[in-house]
Amino acid sequence: MSTLVIKDLHVEIEGKEILKGVNLSLNTNEVHAIMGPNGTGKSTLASAIMGHPKYEVTSGSITLDGEDVLAMEVDERAKAGLFLAMQYPSEISGVTNADFMRSAINAKRGEGNEISLMKFIRELDEKMDYLEMPEEMGQRYLNEGFSGGEKKRNEILQLMMLKPKFGILDEIDSGLDIDALKVVSKGINAMRGEGFGCLMITHYQRLLNYITPDHVHVMMQGRVVKSGGEELAQRLEAEGYDWVKQELGIEDEEETTGQEA
Amino acid sequence: MTVETKLTVTAEDVRSFSEAQSEPSWLTELRERALADVENLPMAKPDKTNIEKWNFTEFPSLLVESAPFASLEDLPAEVKAIVDIEGQQNIYIQRNNTPAFLQLSEDLAAQGVILTDIHTAAREHSELVQKYFMTEGVEVNQHKLTSLHAALVNGGVFVYVPKNVVVEEPIQAIFLHDNEDASLFNHVLVVAEANSSVTYVENYLSTMEEAKGQANIISEVIVNDNAKVTYGAVDVLAKGLTTYVNRRGILHRDATIDWALGLMNDSDTISENITYLKGDGSHADAKSVVVGRGEQSQNFTTEVRHWGKASNGYILTHAVMKDAARAIFNGIGKIEHGATKADAEQESRVLMLSKDARGDANPILLIEEDDVTAGHAASVGRVDPVQLYYLMSRGISKTEAERLVIHGFLAPVVNKLPIEGVKKQLTEVIERKVR
Ligand SMILES: Nc1ncnc2c1ncn2[C@@H]1O[C@H](COP(=O)(O)OP(=O)(O)OP(=O)(O)O)[C@@H](O)[C@H]1O
Ligand SMILES: [Mg+2]
Repeated sequence: MSTLVIKDLHVEIEGKEILKGVNLSLNTNEVHAIMGPNGTGKSTLASAIMGHPKYEVTSGSITLDGEDVLAMEVDERAKAGLFLAMQYPSEISGVTNADFMRSAINAKRGEGNEISLMKFIRELDEKMDYLEMPEEMGQRYLNEGFSGGEKKRNEILQLMMLKPKFGILDEIDSGLDIDALKVVSKGINAMRGEGFGCLMITHYQRLLNYITPDHVHVMMQGRVVKSGGEELAQRLEAEGYDWVKQELGIEDEEETTGQEA
Repeated sequence: MTVETKLTVTAEDVRSFSEAQSEPSWLTELRERALADVENLPMAKPDKTNIEKWNFTEFPSLLVESAPFASLEDLPAEVKAIVDIEGQQNIYIQRNNTPAFLQLSEDLAAQGVILTDIHTAAREHSELVQKYFMTEGVEVNQHKLTSLHAALVNGGVFVYVPKNVVVEEPIQAIFLHDNEDASLFNHVLVVAEANSSVTYVENYLSTMEEAKGQANIISEVIVNDNAKVTYGAVDVLAKGLTTYVNRRGILHRDATIDWALGLMNDSDTISENITYLKGDGSHADAKSVVVGRGEQSQNFTTEVRHWGKASNGYILTHAVMKDAARAIFNGIGKIEHGATKADAEQESRVLMLSKDARGDANPILLIEEDDVTAGHAASVGRVDPVQLYYLMSRGISKTEAERLVIHGFLAPVVNKLPIEGVKKQLTEVIERKVR
């Protein structure tokens, strides 16, 4: 079993504090969901875990099986077993999806232990088939011109190819049509088990109908303010966030809303 | 002007050189006139690069003798790498100033296709060459460098595709530069007659670190009605040369040209790629990629000029600049009066890899007709840290992530090159240069 522990995490972006003390602990074999209003720091948390260059951790810690994640470069975090399916994946022109994925797999396997081309192709074909992605997407440039839903599928394809210990999925359900949601959920469910833990950021209960979470957390104003089981998500879906605010005495901030650039 | 050209070549030299090649008299006379004009013509004026101190006229020798190659098997390793030894049927190899190997399939020869060195072409196809040599395309008297070129042409190739002939396999030309005293005054003449089509790919390849002398190269590509030419090039000329390379396309009605130029010289270089869309419905796609490194100074002009109605011109330039290299990228879309429904688009992007490098994208649209569309996009920047983050978040190291982004950035030309060996070579040159 592996454990990812986040303690009292404070994160700033361009001098503005977004995360104000996040505590969270995840084990493999668990699925956690994070919900919360727009702009409350969910993507910030995901980005800070992965090491996005724009997010500065000012205090607190993140450890993976006791190892200091914050001391690692981004690629080292990936090699240590972290994976982030991003809310807004980058587009990289001129680099084919397949070449990129092979580089990623080989980076993880290390020099001298590269995957054979045959084996790679077989695995890629199989996973793309599973996710109902047309074969030509392997030869397209990485995310370039992909539709919103295609990008999301491509993130899950990478997740399935790279087989991390922890997958953090930032709004993987947004932009997916119903059939795609089912397919993607099937993919994630197939990974559930001893060696895999998952942190899903989502706005909608619907995803959680397909992937039943073990724990649900609510994020507001840069903190995890409430945690519970599956039933918490159902109540949020039905009633929104006001009751949480009332229960916890949270006042709206001056400027809580805003979209990520 | 500071370059008071110490031209050591005399009219007598030019005449005897021409005679030694048994050139037709029109060409001897053209050379003599051109040489006489060199002195009085203005210097070329590439926009935004001062070339006053560049030496375009001094060189050790107009003609160095090199040994030809008896077969493709005898090629040096660097050249072998870019030739498909078994598969390449149509190929011209020039070694310094010597036509060193020539092969044209019987089938193409039977259809009237001509592939031969420029001297032989002038002798054996005098009328054809005279019709197109610096007539429709580049003017002899445009400036000092064009007239110098005309006077001193000492190599090059002639490709002629008759009416209705479709050449399926690419025609390859390799200009091997392996003698540091050699200067390349190459003239490339590609003529595609009506309804024909051909793919021509050339390599300029220096195999030494540092050379002396000149590369003053002009290519003229005449694309007649409804013909199509794909023109690929990879230039890898050595430091120490002064390079002027001018590639010109002349397009008639419904003609198409696709340029894919990998401009990888280590020499100081003035490179022009200008396409004249004379005919209605003609179409030019001018893609080039550049890597500048070291202390070199370069100036690139890509221009598409529209006269034809509903003519389309697309310019794409992607450049990577490192070390203390400097370069100007002029992209010019010019629509003349009467070229209604023309479309002129361009994109120039420069990726800076060091803070001492300089790269300026200079997009220009000159439009003298109302009923047209035109646009440009230009940017100069660094490798996007968010892209690197994305790649690294999958376990790819920073160095490898940068490599992927840079190769991806230069892919628009690499992927267009129709000969596998040349594609691979360009990839390797890029690899070597950006490392
Ligand atoms: N460059 C920036 N400068 C200032 N504030 C920023 C910057 N980037 C993001 N923010 C702010 O950080 C806050 C948290 O953003 P984050 O993306 O983490 O929210 P989120 O919870 O993921 O929201 P959503 O549900 O809309 O995806 C937002 O208020 C956002 O406007
Ligand atoms: Mg978000």
